[in-house]
Amino acid sequence: MNLLDWLLLIPAAGFFVTLLLPRNNPGLVRNFTLGVSLIVFLMSLGLIGPVMENPGAFDREVNVVWIDTPMIRYHIGVDGLSLWLVILSTLLTPICILVSWSYIQKRVNEFYAFMLLLLVGVVGVFVSLDLFLFYVFWEVSLVPMYFLIGIWGHEKRIYAAVKFFLYTMAGSVLMLAAIIYLYNKTGTFDLPLLMNMIATGRLAMSPAEGFWLFLAFFFAFAIKVPLFPLHTWLPDAHGEAPTAGSVMLASVMLKLGTYGIVRVCLPLFPDAARDNAPWIIGLAIAGIIYGALVAMVQPNMKRLVAYSSVSHLGFVILGVFSFTQAGIDGAVYQMLNHGISTGALFILVGYLYERHHTLEIADYGGVGTVAPWLTTVFVITTLASVGLPLLNNFVGEFLVLQGAMQVSFSYAFFAAIGVVLSAVYMLWMVQRTFYGETPEPVRKHVTDLNGREWAIMIPLVVLMVWMGIGTKNFLPPITANNQKTLEMVLQPGGALNATAAPLVKESAHAR
Amino acid sequence: MHQLWLIPALPLAGFLVNGIFGRKLSKPAVNAVAIGSVLLSFLWVVKTLLALGPLESAYTESYFTWIQSGIVNVGFDLAVDRLAAVMLLVVTGIGLLIHIYAIGYMSHEGGYYRFFAYLNLFMFFMLILVMAANFLLLFVGWEGVGLCSYLLIGFYFLKKSAGDAGKKAFVVNRIGDFGFSLAIFLTLVTFGSLDFGEVSAKAATMSPETTAGVVTGICLLLLVGATGKSAQVPLYVWLPDAMEGPTPVSALIHAATMVTAGVYMVARAAPLFNLAPIALDVVAFVGLITAVLAATIGLAQNDIKKVFAYSTVSQLGYMFLALGAGAYSAGIFHVMTHAFFKALLFLGAGSVIHALEGEQDLRRMGGLRSKIPVTFLVLMCAAVAIAGVPPFSGFKSKDEILLAVHAYSPWMFWVGVVTAGMTAFYVFRAIFLCFFGTYRGKAHPHESPLVMTLPLGVLALLSLGGGYINVPQYLAPVFGQPNVDHDMTLVAISVGAGLAGIFLAWLFYVVKPELPEALARTFSAPYKLIYNKYYVDEAYDALVVHPLRDGSRSVLWRGIDAGLIDGAVNGTGALARSIGAGLRTMQSGYIRRYAAWVVLGSIVVVAMVTFLGGAR
Amino acid sequence: MPSEFPIPLPNLPLPDAVPLSWYLILSAILFTLGVAGFLFRRNIITVFMSIELMLNAVNLSFVAFSYHLKSVDGHIFSFFVMVIAAAEAAVGLAIILTVFRNRQTLEIDEVSSLKL
Repeated sequence: MNLLDWLLLIPAAGFFVTLLLPRNNPGLVRNFTLGVSLIVFLMSLGLIGPVMENPGAFDREVNVVWIDTPMIRYHIGVDGLSLWLVILSTLLTPICILVSWSYIQKRVNEFYAFMLLLLVGVVGVFVSLDLFLFYVFWEVSLVPMYFLIGIWGHEKRIYAAVKFFLYTMAGSVLMLAAIIYLYNKTGTFDLPLLMNMIATGRLAMSPAEGFWLFLAFFFAFAIKVPLFPLHTWLPDAHGEAPTAGSVMLASVMLKLGTYGIVRVCLPLFPDAARDNAPWIIGLAIAGIIYGALVAMVQPNMKRLVAYSSVSHLGFVILGVFSFTQAGIDGAVYQMLNHGISTGALFILVGYLYERHHTLEIADYGGVGTVAPWLTTVFVITTLASVGLPLLNNFVGEFLVLQGAMQVSFSYAFFAAIGVVLSAVYMLWMVQRTFYGETPEPVRKHVTDLNGREWAIMIPLVVLMVWMGIGTKNFLPPITANNQKTLEMVLQPGGALNATAAPLVKESAHAR
Repeated sequence: MHQLWLIPALPLAGFLVNGIFGRKLSKPAVNAVAIGSVLLSFLWVVKTLLALGPLESAYTESYFTWIQSGIVNVGFDLAVDRLAAVMLLVVTGIGLLIHIYAIGYMSHEGGYYRFFAYLNLFMFFMLILVMAANFLLLFVGWEGVGLCSYLLIGFYFLKKSAGDAGKKAFVVNRIGDFGFSLAIFLTLVTFGSLDFGEVSAKAATMSPETTAGVVTGICLLLLVGATGKSAQVPLYVWLPDAMEGPTPVSALIHAATMVTAGVYMVARAAPLFNLAPIALDVVAFVGLITAVLAATIGLAQNDIKKVFAYSTVSQLGYMFLALGAGAYSAGIFHVMTHAFFKALLFLGAGSVIHALEGEQDLRRMGGLRSKIPVTFLVLMCAAVAIAGVPPFSGFKSKDEILLAVHAYSPWMFWVGVVTAGMTAFYVFRAIFLCFFGTYRGKAHPHESPLVMTLPLGVLALLSLGGGYINVPQYLAPVFGQPNVDHDMTLVAISVGAGLAGIFLAWLFYVVKPELPEALARTFSAPYKLIYNKYYVDEAYDALVVHPLRDGSRSVLWRGIDAGLIDGAVNGTGALARSIGAGLRTMQSGYIRRYAAWVVLGSIVVVAMVTFLGGAR
Repeated sequence: MPSEFPIPLPNLPLPDAVPLSWYLILSAILFTLGVAGFLFRRNIITVFMSIELMLNAVNLSFVAFSYHLKSVDGHIFSFFVMVIAAAEAAVGLAIILTVFRNRQTLEIDEVSSLKL
C-alpha cells in the first residue's frame, strides 16, 4: 500500500462509513467527511516532493493484476501532468464540503457520501494507467454527480441530471468500444505499455484505424470538456446543480476531459492528433468566442459562469492542439487556473443564492453596499477569471496564446478576442449585481461573509495570487511532462520515423 | 543593488494596509499610510537616481523567473534608464502632490480608505509599468493601471453612470490590450525574447528585408494598444466618460500619468518603430486626427471636467504626433509638462467644484475670481502654460513638437498650429466662463483648505517653470539628438496661434458674451455636431454594441444554442422516446395480447422455416 | 439419439389402420382450438381450460411420436406435462377463486391492476 492507494482507499471507505452513520446527526456526518477529505488533502500534498524531483516518470506506481482474463491491471501512478490535478481534486473536496455546510439540509448522509465517492472517481481517473481502470473510474465519477444534480439541485434538476448523464454516456460508450478494440489488437489495456509499443513501432495503426480510434476517444473527452458544439449539457447541469456540485463539476470534472486528451489521445494517436488539429482548433476558437458571446447575454449567474467555462476550456483545447511547449504547458496550467477561479466564482454565486435564493442577475444590485467583503472577493475572483496579470488565469492564457501564435497568427488573433469579451461579460455581471442602488430585498437578505465562508475563500484567493506570480512553483513538473508528450506527438514512431520534422522549433533561452 | 523593487513595493504595502485594515483605521492613519508610502517611494526614486548618477545605459535588477516554458522565459526584472527616470519622477512626484490634495478633496466622501487604497495600488502598477524591463512586465503594469482606472472611475458605484463609465473604460482598454498582447506574442516569436534590450539588439542586427513586414505588424499592434490606453482615435471614447471618477483621479490617472502610458510604451519600443517607417506614419496620422477631433469637441463642452478631458485627448494626440515624427524626446517632454499643467487644471477644476459643492457646469459658474482667488491664480498659470504662451512650460514642449513635425511634414505642422489655437481658445473659454462675468449659480463658494491649495501652488510653479528642465537634452542618449531646426518664424507662428485663441476667447466670453450664442445659432449644424461629440458614442452603440448583444441573444443563444444544438440533442431524446412509445403499445399488460404476439411470432417463424427453408 | 429403454419393448404388431399424421392433425386442431380459446374467450375459467387443452394437444403429439419412433422419451415428457398441468390446475384454480372473491368477476381483462 503506498500513498496513492490510500488516496483512493480512504475516501472509498469514508463513503461506506458515511452511509452507515446515524441519520439524525448531520453535524457528525459533516465533521466526519470534512475530516476524511482534509486527511486525504494533506496526504496528497506528500506527492509533491517526489514528483517534483522526477516529473517525467510515474511515481508511487502500483501495478498488480485485477482481473485475469481479460488482463485488467490495477495500474496507478502519478506524474507531473496528474500531480496538480490530483491535488486540485483533494483540495476542492473539503472546500465543497464546507460550502455545503448549511446549504444541504436533506439527505445529509447521502450527500456527503457522494462527495467522497466523487473524490474517489476523479482521483482514480487522474492516476489510472490502465485504460480499463481509467474507464471504470470515469464512470464511477459520473454516478455521484448524477445524484448530486438530480437530488439536491434546483427546479429542473431531473432534466439536467439526465441530460448530463446521457451526454457523457454517449461519449464514454464510444471510448469503451475504442478501448476494447485496442485490447483486441494489442492484448493489453496498459497505457505506458501501449505508449511504448507506439514509440517503438510495435503497434502500427493504419491511418483510418488511428483516425477512428482517436475520434472515439476524442469524442468522449470533448463532451466532458465540453468542446463547442457539444457543450449544451453544461449550462443546464451547472444551472441546476447545488453549489458544491457546480464547483466539482467545473473545477474537476471538466478537467477529466482535457486530461484524457493529453494523457490518452495525444500519445496513443499522435498522427491522428496532428492531422485533426486544424478543425479541432477551429472548434476550440469558435467555442472561445461563442461561449463568451452567449455568456454575455445570460440572465442567470450560474449559466453565465457555465458559458464562460465553455470559453475558458476552449483555450485549453487550443493550447493542447497547438503542439508547442508553451501552448500545452499553458493548457495544463489553465486547467488548474480554471479550477481555482471558476470554482471560486461558483462558490461566491452560491453564497449569494444562499442569502437571496435567486440566481437571476436582475434580482440583485447594490450588493457592494451591504456586503463589501463579499464584493471584494468576488471582484478579485472576477479579475482572475478575466485574465488580469499577476493573477492565475493570465499565465495560462498568455502561454496558450503564445503557443497559438507560434503556429499561426490567426489562431492567436481570434482566440484573443475571447479575452476581450471575457471582460465584457464578467464586468457587466459584476456591475449589475454589486454596483448601483441596493433594492430593499437585497438589503434585507444579503449579509457579508461569515467565518466559514472566509475560511473557504482565503485559500482560493491566495492560490489565485500565488499561481499568478509564483509560477515556478507549479510549472516545472508540467513542463517536464509535456516535453515528453510533445516528443511523442511530434516525432511519431520515434527512431523509425525520425525524418518527421517537428512542427515548431523550440529554442531554449538560458537566462 | 539599489533595491529598485522598493519603489513599487512601498505603495503596494500602502494598498494592502489600507485595503485590509482601512475600515478600522482613523482618517489620519489612512492618510499617513497612503501618503507616507508614496512619499517614501518618491524619496527612494530620488535617492536611487542620485546614486545611479548619469545613467548612460539602463540599469537592470533581476529578481526571479516569472514564467518559463518553451520559448517563453520572462523574468521579473526592473530597469531604470533615463526615459524611465523622467517618468519615475513625474509619476511619484505628481502622484505625491495629488495624494496630498486628495486628503482635502475627499474629506467628506464615504469610502475614504478605499479611495486611497486604490490610489496606492495605481501607483504600484504605474511604477511597475515604468520600470518594467520587458514587454510582459510592462503589460502587467499596463493592465494593472487599467484595473485601477476601472475601480476609481466606478468609485461612486451607487451611480449607474459611474459603473457604466468604469466598465466602458475597462472594455475599450481591453480592445487596445488585445492589440498589445498580440504584439507581445509576435515579438516573442520573432525575436525569441521580450527583454527591451535584447529585442532592440536583435532588431538592429536582423536584415531589414526579413524584419520589415513583421516589425511593422508588431508596431501597428502596439499602436492599437497605445490608442486604447492613451485615448487615441478610434478608442478615445472612454476618457471623457472617465470623468465620472473623483477629480483627483481624473488628474492623476486620466491626465498626468496613466493615459501617457501609451506614449511611454511607443517611446520604449522606439528601436522597433524606427525600423517601421510606415507604422510611424500611422502613429503621426492617428495623433494628428485625435488632436484635431478632440480639440473641436472641446470647443463646445459645458462640463468643466469634460472640457479638460477632451483637452487631454487632444494633447495626447500631440504627443503621438511627436512620436510619429520621430521626436520621441519631444513627446516625452510634453508628457512631463502636460502632467504638470493638466494635473493642475484638473485639480484646480476640482477646487472649483469643491468650492461650489459639486457643481461642474460652466453655465452655472462665473465671477469666481474674487471668491476663490488662489484657485483662480493657479488655474491661470496652468492655462497660460497649456496655451503655449512663452516662456512657460507648455510653450517649450509644444514648440519642440511643432518644430519636429515641421521637419517631418509641413502640412501637419499647420494643422498642429490650428489645433494649438483651438486649445488656447477652449481652455481660456473655460477660465473666462468660470472666473469672469457674474456668478450664475446658487452655491456659496469658499476657498479650498491649505492641504489642497499647497499642491496647487507647487504644480503652478512647475507649470510655469517646468519647461526649463531640458528633457530632450537629457534623453538624447536614449533616442539620439532631436532633429529640429529652431526657426524663429515657426516659433512665432505657433505662439501667435495660441495668443489668437486666447484673444478670441476673451472676445467671446468676456467682451461680448452674447456672441457665442449667435454663432451657435448661425452655424447650428456644425455646432450640434461637435456639441454631440460627432455622435461617435451613438455610432459605436449602433454599429458594435447593440448588434453584438442582440445578435448574441437572439441568434447565438436562443437560435443556435437553445434551438439548433439543444434541439438536436433533445430531438435525439424525443426520437428514442417516440420509438419506445411505439414499441410500448405491444406491451399492453394484457396477457392474452402477449399470447397473441407469441402466436403471431411462431406463425411467422414457422412460415419462414417452411417457405424460405431456414431449417436447412 | 433416442435413449434405449432398459427392458426391450414387446414387439407388438402395429395396427396400421391409423397413420401418424392423423394424430398430428388432431393434435394441431386441438392446439389451435386451445389457442383460439385462450385468445378470444374472456372468462378466466374458459381461458384456463383452453390452456389445458393446449397442453393435452401437445401430450397427444408426444405420445404419437413416441409410439411412432419406438422411443419412450415422449411418454416421459407427457407425464411431466400431466404433472405440471395438475399442479397448475391446483394453483390456477386457487388463484381464480381468490380473484373471484376479491373482484366478484371472472372477466379476464378487468384483472389488470399490474398494468402500467
